[in-house]
Amino acid sequence: MIALRSKRTISIVSAISAALLLLAGCSSSAKNDASTAAPSVPKVAMADAVGAGEGALNIVIWAGYAENGSSDKAVDWVTPFEKATGCKVNAKVGNTSDEMVTLMKSGEYDGVSASGDATLRLIYGGDVAPVNTSLVPNYSTVSDFLKDKPWNSVAGQMYGIPHGWGANVLAYNPAKVTTPPTSWGAVFDPASPYKGAITAYDSPIYIADAALYLMKTQPDLAITDPYSLDEKQFNAAVDLLKAQKLIVGEYWSDYTKAVQSFESGNTVMGTSWQVIANLINGDKKVAVESIVPSEGATGWSDTWMISAKAKHPNCMYKWMDHIISPTANAQVAEWFGEAPSQTLSCAETSDKSFCDTYHATDAMYASQIHYWTTPTTACLDGRGNICKDYAAWTQAWTAIKG
Amino acid sequence: MKTFSVWLYQHRRGRLALLLTAPMLWLVVAYLGSLATMLVSAFWSVDTFTGKLVKQLTFNNFSLLFTNHVYRDIALRSIVVALLVTVIDVLLALPIALFLAKVLPIRFRNFAVVLIVLPLWSSYLVKTYAWRTMFSNSGVLAWALKPLGITPPSYGLLATTLTLAYLWLPYMILPIYAGLERIPDSLLEASGDLGASAGKTYRNIVMPILYPAVIAGSIFTFSLSLGDYIVVKIVGGKTQLFANVIYDNIGTAGNLPFAAAAAIFPIVTVLGYLFFVRRSGALENF
Repeated sequence: MIALRSKRTISIVSAISAALLLLAGCSSSAKNDASTAAPSVPKVAMADAVGAGEGALNIVIWAGYAENGSSDKAVDWVTPFEKATGCKVNAKVGNTSDEMVTLMKSGEYDGVSASGDATLRLIYGGDVAPVNTSLVPNYSTVSDFLKDKPWNSVAGQMYGIPHGWGANVLAYNPAKVTTPPTSWGAVFDPASPYKGAITAYDSPIYIADAALYLMKTQPDLAITDPYSLDEKQFNAAVDLLKAQKLIVGEYWSDYTKAVQSFESGNTVMGTSWQVIANLINGDKKVAVESIVPSEGATGWSDTWMISAKAKHPNCMYKWMDHIISPTANAQVAEWFGEAPSQTLSCAETSDKSFCDTYHATDAMYASQIHYWTTPTTACLDGRGNICKDYAAWTQAWTAIKG
Repeated sequence: MKTFSVWLYQHRRGRLALLLTAPMLWLVVAYLGSLATMLVSAFWSVDTFTGKLVKQLTFNNFSLLFTNHVYRDIALRSIVVALLVTVIDVLLALPIALFLAKVLPIRFRNFAVVLIVLPLWSSYLVKTYAWRTMFSNSGVLAWALKPLGITPPSYGLLATTLTLAYLWLPYMILPIYAGLERIPDSLLEASGDLGASAGKTYRNIVMPILYPAVIAGSIFTFSLSLGDYIVVKIVGGKTQLFANVIYDNIGTAGNLPFAAAAAIFPIVTVLGYLFFVRRSGALENF
């Protein structure tokens, strides 16, 4: 079966490795200058007209952003779009922002519903094109406090259409968790009575949740922004998460896994999304409550972006206009459990108090959520180049999981 | 058609080229070529912000892998899991294969082998999610073991090991079964006639003949376990294995160079395992 002659093998292996080293070295010389230059936005052409649909649309979405009635017959804003435009929607769920960036880099998708920790990476990577907002009629009535924000525009040029925003919630099963939690401390308490039944989000960005908790409970660390952590603050957050691992039962990144875990009783409490709580409560096996604890919460503000290599750009423009139309935006917001970006949606929700519950038009409230943002060496709170970047966050996350 | 076959008959090299071009292209370009590209990219890095490759020679990936004890811990854990899976599979496969090859009447034998292979025809994910349901707090294991006062393992390393052992069991049974079939019954009878006990026959006759078969099976179970990252994601709870480090750096961080550097660990480990196996002489007469 295996007949390697060891001496010959060794010489072949060393010859190959020498060749590889040479290759790796050679290809470096030409690219030296590119990596040292300051980050600039690659020039990508912007559309100046929207023609007829190309018949298909491939998008990367957060779970629940493109419902076609298969989860719940009443929940469907994809079929009307397909009927009106002839664009057949093919949606691929990205479980984390990181996965979405990777999927978009493949160039096989026309667009993405990107959160703030993905948008800038896509813009500076040249993976998405600027958006001509005059081609998206519904854009004019989008909440003003979502326009021209650091996570969706560069130098006054919008790179996407605001979709909606919300907070990461603390979900718990009231049948098991008898005293309702009011603080994120419930998932960080080393002496928690629910040890082994606590869940946490499996992504480096979850470090920000620990940082937010420390920001409110340990003022001497002087954290002002959970995405701008210097060495000391970062280590404190990482240590908190390492201690948390002892009481965690499992980490989730796949939302179906999170749903099943709550339903089987393996998880009784942990960070979650409103859509997950809605799915669990819809299945009626167990009931869960979801709250925004006293410390506030991390959250997302999502943006529909169009790929620089979109094969169906017209369909994508039509989709961006459709998803922020008053009806569709109200539907997706209610299904996912987030504030709609479209101000006119508030009249279209089935629950008339929905927009009040989610503070949809409340700019003050929106400013208190710490939206997912890509951590960079240059601190986002302006303290200079002393912060940990996302690569450090990723490696720390591996270390936290051990 | 006839002229072509005449041409082929007259041209030995043409014959050889036709026969070997496609498989050689596959092996060299698709297989070795992609391996080489991967090894080269292990010496590159990635711009952490834009996710673009920086094609400059660097050893940072390797120094991080070797200096950060987390990766060493995960690597050791993965090897232990792979070895455990192999041991469990050997212990389960030996009696099953013995029963198939030596006890079961011949007319049932092919049918039984089909039954053993049947699970391989269903999706890997379906089987793993089935184990996730079984290991859950409201699952069948918890229900069955409750009267005995035993709590089954929850999601974690043990659940991962058991699920992997289940998944790869057919790959261990089949070579052992094939090995046992080659042992003529007369050999065992002769051993008995000469006064050897069942145990002695097993130790001195069956085991030496079976050894290469067990090793062949272990190559499957060991390397398949070492490369698996899905089972541990589904039933592993909060633990992770080395393949997850590779996967996370591709899927999550988009850090292909670091993933490529990390991928060298399983390659080296499996090569080391094969080398060890070859040194033990198990492959000489296989």
